[in-house]
Amino acid sequence: MNNAVEIRGLRVVRGGRTVLDGLDLEVAGGVTGLLGPSGCGKSTLMRALVGVQQIDSGRVTVLGEDAGSPGLRHRIGYVTQAPSVYDDLTVDENLLFFSRVLGRPRSDVDRAVERVALTDHRDQVVGRLSGGQRSRANLAVALLGEPELLVLDEPTVGLDPVLRRDLWALFHQLADDPDHPAAVFVSSHVMDEADRCDTLLLMREGAIIASGPPEEIRRSTGERDIESAFLKIVESA
Amino acid sequence: MSPRITFAVTARVLTQLRRDHRTLALMLVLPCVLMTLLWWMFQDLPGDAFDRLGPGLLAIFPFIVMFLVTSVTTLRERGSGTLERLLAMPMGKLDFLLGYAVAFGLVALVQAALAVALSVGLLGLQVTGATWLLALVAVVDAVLGSALGLFVSAFAQTEFQAVQFMPAIVIPQLLLCGLFVPRPALPDVLKQVSDVLPLSFAVDAMQTLVGSTQTADVWRDLGVVAAFALAGLALGAATLRRRTP
Repeated sequence: MNNAVEIRGLRVVRGGRTVLDGLDLEVAGGVTGLLGPSGCGKSTLMRALVGVQQIDSGRVTVLGEDAGSPGLRHRIGYVTQAPSVYDDLTVDENLLFFSRVLGRPRSDVDRAVERVALTDHRDQVVGRLSGGQRSRANLAVALLGEPELLVLDEPTVGLDPVLRRDLWALFHQLADDPDHPAAVFVSSHVMDEADRCDTLLLMREGAIIASGPPEEIRRSTGERDIESAFLKIVESA
Repeated sequence: MSPRITFAVTARVLTQLRRDHRTLALMLVLPCVLMTLLWWMFQDLPGDAFDRLGPGLLAIFPFIVMFLVTSVTTLRERGSGTLERLLAMPMGKLDFLLGYAVAFGLVALVQAALAVALSVGLLGLQVTGATWLLALVAVVDAVLGSALGLFVSAFAQTEFQAVQFMPAIVIPQLLLCGLFVPRPALPDVLKQVSDVLPLSFAVDAMQTLVGSTQTADVWRDLGVVAAFALAGLALGAATLRRRTP
């Protein structure tokens, strides 16, 4: 199977600062985690994938097409770091609107609400939901329309352990779905989420410093957990 | 651009407005209240000041209200990340702009109907020309306010900055549009400036309607205002960029 994402020599300068400088990476199917400290360029990278980031040079190929092509917009689900849903609409109204933009039937809305376990709150105005519920509503929008690639920017921030466990289970469910598998690309700055991923990309200051399955990274650095492995790689650089 | 998506945006904007009772009151009730206030001001004075100023203000109040509401609403959309999300989806720039324009156009329709009905029906505004044309000029002027509001929202980072455009964009037009000083009586330079301001044409149209049943000039002025509104939308489209730094 071709890679869901291929990046060659990506260079992005934001506000005079070179955030990404000649980045290369591939993302295949399954659940891929992008782990790195805040400010290392994770969001910039994700924005480049969905085609809303101005790029200085390099090539970003998503699902076989150039990132940002009109043909891709139906095929990718994107979750921004800050909840990008309308605070003055209900969960249902939000999803209905986005489903209309995507040209999807109402059943998609019902399914998305169920998957993020917001059925009881679907008629509540988003502004009055708790932080975790708002994050879930934010995620639900990205689940509309059976996307082939999910680009999720820190979707588990501030959520309790039970919810985080359920969401990661959902990510694997989506990746392993026999009919519509999705490549799930999730970013986080919490290192202990590393073991929930099939593949890891460790990032620091705009560069990928390690990639591979979690066990492999642990083995090659001789550390027991990813956080220590990360620190070891940084210190030896 | 797709009609389905455009109307999805329209439906959503209207749902948001419907839920915000205060803004709805601002848009629908306030122009009526202001016209009543104006009528009341001139109640004890001889002459026809209300008839002279009323029509112009029927064009101006909707312009101001819609400019304010649209600039803040679209700024919020730009700032909240929903616009970025939508631009990563199959939504086109035109869908966004037209969706907003149609939504606010519909509100302008109700707004104009109420204000005109009140002024002509209850407050006794004397209008020689057709009343429905009066409402039409008010509607097109409101859409102009919306289009300009959409455009300036690109140049503000906060709602505070957005409302500061109002004194900059609205008040000079207010002063030069022919309400305080008839345009032919303005000093040369000011007259030339007023000739390129859209509000002047709207007020001209209104004043023509008050005085005569001739509609040729009214349609021409209306056309100019509509052209300004379209230009405003086009400029707004230029400020909507899918890729941002």
